[in-house]
Amino acid sequence: MPLDVSTIKADFPILQRKVRHDNPLIYLDSGATSQKPIQVIDAVSNFYKNHNSAVHRGAHLIAEEATDAYEGAREKVAKFIDGDPDEVIFTKSATESLNALAYSIGNAAKGSPFYLDENSEILVSELEHHANLIPWQELAKRTGAKLTWFEIDEDVRLDYSNIDQLINKKTKIIAITHQSNVSGAITDLPAIVERAKVVGALTILDACQSAPHMDISVKKLGIDFYAFSGHKAVGPTGIGILWGRTELLDQLPPFLYGGSMVTSVTMTGATFAKSPRKFEAGVPNMAGAVGLGVALDYLSDIGMENIHNHEIALTQYSLEKLAQVEGLTVIGPKNVEMRGAVLSFTVDGIHPHDLGQALDENGIAVRTGHHCAWPLMKKMKLVATTRASLYLYNDFTDVDHLITGIESAKKFFLKSGR
Amino acid sequence: MNLESLYQDLILDHYKNPLNKKLAENPGISVHHVNPSCGDEVTLHLTGDRSELKSVTWDGVGCSISQASTSVMSDLVQGKSPAQAESILNSFMEMMQSKGGSQGDLELLGDGVAFSGVSKFPARIKCALLGWMALKDAMVQLDLI
Ligand SMILES: Cc1ncc(COP(=O)(O)O)c(C=O)c1O
Repeated sequence: MPLDVSTIKADFPILQRKVRHDNPLIYLDSGATSQKPIQVIDAVSNFYKNHNSAVHRGAHLIAEEATDAYEGAREKVAKFIDGDPDEVIFTKSATESLNALAYSIGNAAKGSPFYLDENSEILVSELEHHANLIPWQELAKRTGAKLTWFEIDEDVRLDYSNIDQLINKKTKIIAITHQSNVSGAITDLPAIVERAKVVGALTILDACQSAPHMDISVKKLGIDFYAFSGHKAVGPTGIGILWGRTELLDQLPPFLYGGSMVTSVTMTGATFAKSPRKFEAGVPNMAGAVGLGVALDYLSDIGMENIHNHEIALTQYSLEKLAQVEGLTVIGPKNVEMRGAVLSFTVDGIHPHDLGQALDENGIAVRTGHHCAWPLMKKMKLVATTRASLYLYNDFTDVDHLITGIESAKKFFLKSGR
Repeated sequence: MNLESLYQDLILDHYKNPLNKKLAENPGISVHHVNPSCGDEVTLHLTGDRSELKSVTWDGVGCSISQASTSVMSDLVQGKSPAQAESILNSFMEMMQSKGGSQGDLELLGDGVAFSGVSKFPARIKCALLGWMALKDAMVQLDLI
């Protein structure tokens, strides 16, 4: 079913505002963070107004309500990704999810399935966002494990040609992005998961750029861990998800210790609760979780299939239009096959930062820079790109505005005599 | 504020035809500065003593603001005493921190006043300062300030 974008836009208060020179805001930076519908804003505000209380603690009505709302949100997340509620851990962000997981793995004792040493390999890729690269670099340093990586091909997709060497008997962890936040390339997971199972490696998916945009079943994907950020999925900031398979979470040591995560404590030691409590020490971000639950409901009501198809159509249209701009090079796949709505590009003679500034003058918000994927930029011999990333509230007119904006920036910066 | 007043012709001219953008060999000091938020880079070579900055050359990749600002800077401080260079540097930084309030000291900054509009754009101030910070670092390392 095609999306009714004008009705969707009306749900997002920020999309009604005017920006520079009274231009309407054309928001093409959802890859960095998405905007929030009024339903989510109201849910967060309503939690603070009516139910705010520490979950799993107080002996009073509002504590019960807060607990119900928080655990209800966990169920919504579980349903959204097709996992079990006890497998859903609330964190502050994908960055925290991935770091916490890396630290937990690093805490594993010899004999644990998570134990790493000099004979182990951790596999990442050149496409990774810093959040799914540096935690593994550091874990490799702490454990003596070797860091290995997939390289990229000319379309800025993973190069799978040496997958059998890369995923070998030593490979213990494969931490990979589901969709690149630079090129939009979607990872061929079946190929990786199948091979990972052969050698017994754990698969960890950075789903920051995929979970908000497509229908995902962690069960069907056959992966072991899965991380994403609420704020990129029309949810609030400060709330993220780490999902893991129960059998693995049972064996995984915690990383953060403190209140709420124990079954008993003495002066000399403690025993720990089961997941998810084991991994949620302290009073959590309750309002954030509640807001995320409502955000995922909002997306599900529209339908993840519908959202995905809408984005594919927008991407197809954008790629066609961008290809017609002289001097513009798309950094990433040139067709919509296994690709999401993240469009990075360069324009001859105009630095991305300058292009971004010129677009901003017209109310068009894009991202410029290295997109927290510095090694990838270096590999491509680029300092920066301009990135437009699209979501359910964008329409074809937004893309037209982008193209017009690029053309007028070219007129300004490349006018003769300069 | 519009695009023309931010990107004055002078900035775009320096971007297209930068001054001193060729690293001199055997400098007194070589420094490399990166803007970690956007990846822009400047390498600066400085040769000088307590009486004079004899040679200020550079190379870099980045946006028009960072590259033009480095070009203007290299031209301004070339041949100046370290003390003069420092007062130019401080004057430029003051203008950058003025949030659009200062037009800049034309006498000290010359072409540098073209960057006064940049101070209204918090995200771009670092671009304009990239080469200047490299200069400061180089002067400190040569013990000139
Ligand atoms: C692919 C990818 N991974 C990880 C992250 C980190 O997400 P957050 O900053 O919300 O923790 C991002 C966000 O930019 C991303 O795009």
